Amino acid sequence: MSAYVARRLLGVVLVVLATSVLIFAIVHILPGNVAYAILGEYATPAAVATLQERLGLNDPLWLQYWHWLSGILHGQMGQSLVMDRPAGPLILDALGRSAILAGSAFVIVASGGIALGVHAATHQGHVSDRVMTLAQFVFIAVPDFFWAILAVVVFASWLNWLPATGYAPSADGLLAWASHLVLPVIVLSIGLLAHVSRLTRAAMLEVLRSRYVLMARAKGMSERRVLWRHAVPNAMLPTITILAIDFGLLIGGVVVVETVFAYPGLGRLLVFAIEHRDLPLLQAGMLVLTTIYALANLAADLGYAALNPRIRYRTAA
Amino acid sequence: MDHRAFPDAAGTNTLRRRILGSRGGNSALLFGGLALAVLAIAAIVGLWYTPYDPTGFAVRLRLAAPSLAHPFGTDEFGRDVLSRVLTGAHLSLAIGFGAMLVSLALGVPLGLLAAFDRGWVSTAIMRGADLMISLPPILLGLLILAVTPPNLGKTVLAVGLVYVPILVRLSRAVALGLLEEDFVQAARARGEGAASILAREILPNAWPPIIVECGLRVTFAILLGASLSFLGLGPQPPSSEWGLMIAESREFLAQAPWMGLAPGLCLCALLVAVNVAGEGLRARLDPSHA
Repeated sequence: MSAYVARRLLGVVLVVLATSVLIFAIVHILPGNVAYAILGEYATPAAVATLQERLGLNDPLWLQYWHWLSGILHGQMGQSLVMDRPAGPLILDALGRSAILAGSAFVIVASGGIALGVHAATHQGHVSDRVMTLAQFVFIAVPDFFWAILAVVVFASWLNWLPATGYAPSADGLLAWASHLVLPVIVLSIGLLAHVSRLTRAAMLEVLRSRYVLMARAKGMSERRVLWRHAVPNAMLPTITILAIDFGLLIGGVVVVETVFAYPGLGRLLVFAIEHRDLPLLQAGMLVLTTIYALANLAADLGYAALNPRIRYRTAA
Repeated sequence: MDHRAFPDAAGTNTLRRRILGSRGGNSALLFGGLALAVLAIAAIVGLWYTPYDPTGFAVRLRLAAPSLAHPFGTDEFGRDVLSRVLTGAHLSLAIGFGAMLVSLALGVPLGLLAAFDRGWVSTAIMRGADLMISLPPILLGLLILAVTPPNLGKTVLAVGLVYVPILVRLSRAVALGLLEEDFVQAARARGEGAASILAREILPNAWPPIIVECGLRVTFAILLGASLSFLGLGPQPPSSEWGLMIAESREFLAQAPWMGLAPGLCLCALLVAVNVAGEGLRARLDPSHA
């Protein structure tokens, strides 16, 4: 197992390195003069030249990339142009707040999605299964920003139960802090919950039709034991892959939901960086998110290997 | 999904006969397709006719609630929301289906090439796909749209690129399976060239799983396009793309919720229709999931 882990860790390093080149290339090679983009089209040539000098834009591209990369390796994420502060602490602060949001949503999606999926598969054709199937069709298709504005209209504007937008630090009291989290977390979870429960149901149905489940039942094993010892662990394999895919969708959801709820996380910071053409901040933030995504995929692969020995002992393809 | 899900992929059934043929009723495909057709007709009508000028200001009618004259109400400039939703419909459809065409046009040839070539070309294509897939979908879109000024074409391209690696992998897997089939071996024995085998033997038989995948992906493409547009990285005002309309409605939600609800519910209707039709298409073309 340790050789497998080492190989996959090396893979993550390579992926992050390659995506850093990709991010840098897209930001720097796409048409559009960066200095003009920052200063606006009416900037004086002198101002543009000064800024280009300050940003190191006159260096060859490979040297610019090397400066950026070696800076990151030394813990320097670059300097935010708009806020004129180091990007690293800005990103870390925002990341912490996003992690609370995404982490809560992910726990809800993983536990709730699996529980609902197993329930639907073992109650196939019952009213609860039919209602869920119908709900899943609708919930998968509704964009999270639409849930977000619905939630704001209903719970904040009409009922006045919860704050519409914003964030309260935990110093303001636990209740204020939590009340700002409720709506964003629900909105983030709802579509993915439908996705995970639907695919868990499909995986469970497939497993329940298998011969080893038939065998287990034939030898008189209790239905409960058949379910939890044989069916559920095997149905978890595809579900882990789905959860990894959904983590990517969750990152997308975080960007949108933080924007709607004016929640000061990493997604909103990225949108801020795009709106203000703060390229160093944008590059650094994207690299951090990509790294997290790569680590999440690693976690999914390791979870998969832990449940499925065939993967663990396979030699490198 | 792998090609083995299509045991008769090498058979004589043409795609058209499989979709239109009478292999049992398929209400999902029928209802989804009908709903999609209605929305598409509305989108086309919206290009030529709207009850009011979608960009015409009427200051005295600002934020008017839905009424007989304005079924979806008016927005902060007094513009008729129904007219704006109608003119925006073709944009959401264009982003979703246009993006799928981009992915198809790039992904399928690359995937077939990667299946056929066993040298460095194949390695380069597959590693490139791995790299693109290792970025979260929205980031790839954000990256492409962040640096240059956004417009409709770029949104279509950005969303399309996100799904290229998935189609590369799928069409390669399908083609690798087909390459082992007798009729391909026969074509090789006849001395047909690589291009001819790809175009005349592989491609016609590789379509069903690729179409199914696209049918299911369109939902996500429309969602991603609307999300990018919602973030201001799609068509720009005064366009009435639905994601953009929803974004613009946010300030007025308390006084005029119809400004966001109208385009939002239309977007949901479109997505549900596409989703249902996509599932129906899968049930029809892929017997193992029926």
